[in-house]
Amino acid sequence: MAVAPFGVAFGIAAADAGLATWQASAFSLFVFAGSAQFAAVQVLGGGGSALAAIAAGLLLNLRSLAFGVSMSTALVGPWWKRAAWSQLMIDESTAIGSAQTEHQWRRYGYLCAGLSIFATWNLTTFVGAAALSSGGDVVTTWGIDATIPAAFLALLWPRLADAGQRRTALVGGMAALALVPVTPPGVPILASTIGVLAGGRRREPARA
Amino acid sequence: MTATVVLIGLAAGTYGLKAAAPLLLSGRTLPPAVARLAALLPAALLAALALVSTVTRDGVAVIDARLVGLAAAAIALVARAPFIVVVIVAAAATALARALA
Repeated sequence: MAVAPFGVAFGIAAADAGLATWQASAFSLFVFAGSAQFAAVQVLGGGGSALAAIAAGLLLNLRSLAFGVSMSTALVGPWWKRAAWSQLMIDESTAIGSAQTEHQWRRYGYLCAGLSIFATWNLTTFVGAAALSSGGDVVTTWGIDATIPAAFLALLWPRLADAGQRRTALVGGMAALALVPVTPPGVPILASTIGVLAGGRRREPARA
Repeated sequence: MTATVVLIGLAAGTYGLKAAAPLLLSGRTLPPAVARLAALLPAALLAALALVSTVTRDGVAVIDARLVGLAAAAIALVARAPFIVVVIVAAAATALARALA
């Protein structure tokens, strides 16, 4: 995932949802989890409750727990260092860290990737939010409102290579669409979690 | 105000998920059911977000040119376009559809 355009897209989505530029930047500084920020802001902008927005973000981020488990053997040191390093726990930093073999290099890869993405993400969030906050009709005239669903689709796309993920996405997406006319905003997004029931079990590797 | 509540709640909750293992659970493994759930949840939520954000505006169902944009984005993704191209194609297709309508 290219971080810079995604950061700009988040800034735009945040401004479109009615957030002030400082709020958009605060999300990127303190939450620092791309898809979860995007989801929460989208639920909020659609008129969903604060609780629904937080829940949508946290459900997307449950995977951070798994990232932490895979990185925890490499992130050793005093508690305050581990506490600071943990903020950089995202898909990319975990992927790059996990690709190394020695603990020291796993930590180094994780920190380098995490810090460079943190800087880029925050800078581009600000650019996107500030650019849109000065605009008026540009959102619909230039089709900028369509960048938000496109960004979600682009985030989803790589997951669809797996059959279980495809079934989950299909059932979750259809359940959410069906609920749009009948439930308060935000509820359809949370209800999509029913899709995991269609995901099935990961096939165990065959044993000899 | 609501945005600030979400900011604080999401930041605290996300940090808790990120830091749980490095701070408290070093060397443990996740139960397979939790790992499977964590791996599948994004697909369900992202699909819902893509579809619902296409067909609603301010929480109300609205069908408009954004559908054209989403279709164009899907075509760009099939063609393996990078993220920036996908969103620009979606915006351009939507803008074009509106200009022609």
